[in-house]
Amino acid sequence: MSIDPHLAGLSGPVVHDVIVPARAPWLHHIAAGQTLRIVDLEGNQAVDFLLYAAADDAERYSAQDTVSAQGNLFLREGTVLRSNEGRPMMTIAATSVEYHDTIGGACSCESNTLRYGHHTKAEHACVENFLEANLREGRGKRDIVSNINFFMNVPVEEDGSLGIVDGISAPGLTVDLKAEMDVIVVVSNCPQMNNPCNGFNPTSVRMIVAA
Amino acid sequence: MTEILASPSDARDHARAMAGRVVEAMPVLPPVADDLPPGVAASHLLWEETVAAGGYATRRLPRGARLRLIDLAGDACASILLFNADMPTERLNVADTVKVQWNAYLGEGKLLLSDMGRVLMSILEDGAGTHDTFCGTSNAVTNAAKYGSGANSGPYPNGRDRFLLGAAKHGLQRRDVHPCINLFKGAKIEAGGAITPLVGPFPAGRSVLLRAEMEVIMVVANCPHVLDPRDAYTVTPLRATAWRGPVTGEDDPIRNATPEGLRAFLNVEDYYR
Repeated sequence: MSIDPHLAGLSGPVVHDVIVPARAPWLHHIAAGQTLRIVDLEGNQAVDFLLYAAADDAERYSAQDTVSAQGNLFLREGTVLRSNEGRPMMTIAATSVEYHDTIGGACSCESNTLRYGHHTKAEHACVENFLEANLREGRGKRDIVSNINFFMNVPVEEDGSLGIVDGISAPGLTVDLKAEMDVIVVVSNCPQMNNPCNGFNPTSVRMIVAA
Repeated sequence: MTEILASPSDARDHARAMAGRVVEAMPVLPPVADDLPPGVAASHLLWEETVAAGGYATRRLPRGARLRLIDLAGDACASILLFNADMPTERLNVADTVKVQWNAYLGEGKLLLSDMGRVLMSILEDGAGTHDTFCGTSNAVTNAAKYGSGANSGPYPNGRDRFLLGAAKHGLQRRDVHPCINLFKGAKIEAGGAITPLVGPFPAGRSVLLRAEMEVIMVVANCPHVLDPRDAYTVTPLRATAWRGPVTGEDDPIRNATPEGLRAFLNVEDYYR
């Protein structure tokens, strides 16, 4: 039996293991204490990520509370992902990518018209994925807030210039997230084709949950 | 005191005797401002209010309205939420605001973008230069940790709870309180992503002038910046003045400054077509 390198180092039994196709959404409930591992299978794939408290989904991931609490924009190993009420939701337990983005937000059909032109309006976008997945559980547009972009690189320069640039990920790199409370994870496997967030080539990612 | 207020009429007389009292933090009704810019008639004035230190205010502003905020004493922090007044599910999107404009720092000519590809407000004049798109506002947990308490009913209210009250007065709920911007208090991004808060105190009287590009609901909380390093709960009153103004024309320099911004204005103009 060959050893699956994507499972290396996970402490408990695998309770969920799927490949999310390029451009697709994914939603999963993860219990406190479980670990979610995201594998960037082919490299430079932005994984747009939202998080809700299972007990009360009006409590959700807050990019601003997270960066304020750590005094830094980038999400690294050890970063605690905080809710809009200041509580720890998940912790980045390990990552083989130096840092991840939480200021770039998600692409939408509407913001694409601003960034690239009205000819992009019909292209599939992350907000469409967030809505499609959330609507199944009764959440809607009011529940879309600033998100995390795992494996995406958004530097901020001295004069404030910022933009999505070439990724710092590579095939097989991972991020491990330990749930600090019962959470609902909503992911858009970013379909953007107009910027380097996924190398102009959306690819699949693997989601592994270990107990 | 209780003796003389033993009857309803005594209580009424006592209450009515307060009329006309003037304090620093209050709305002026009808609005009066003796420092309107040249060319702005007093009859165009929509709103005149001084927001208390630690307080909040909220207002529906018509398309074209100008909103001037003044940091009266140098330690105001105007944390702002914006909604499309006619469809509040459309609201300020801080990530799109910085990403679409390719820059983290707010200033003259910058747009505050909605999550529907439209511009909610634009910044006509900026006499401050220290603003923040990243840090958000304080919440009950951060204020309890820093000041010992953060309750609305206590001496150290937090920004999120102020937002909740302001949004609720327009029928909105916890899930409508979204990431905000902070005017007057800044956040400098260092190499490696480190955040340096720029909290002053600054000279008194700095102002920012905004223009409503859509019919908006604005909620402003005036609480200390969440990364203010000072031990004391340090914040001073914020003055808000708004007046009616023309809808942005096709030759407006801010409308036409960038291709991204122009498309945001085209989307607004299409929405109101």
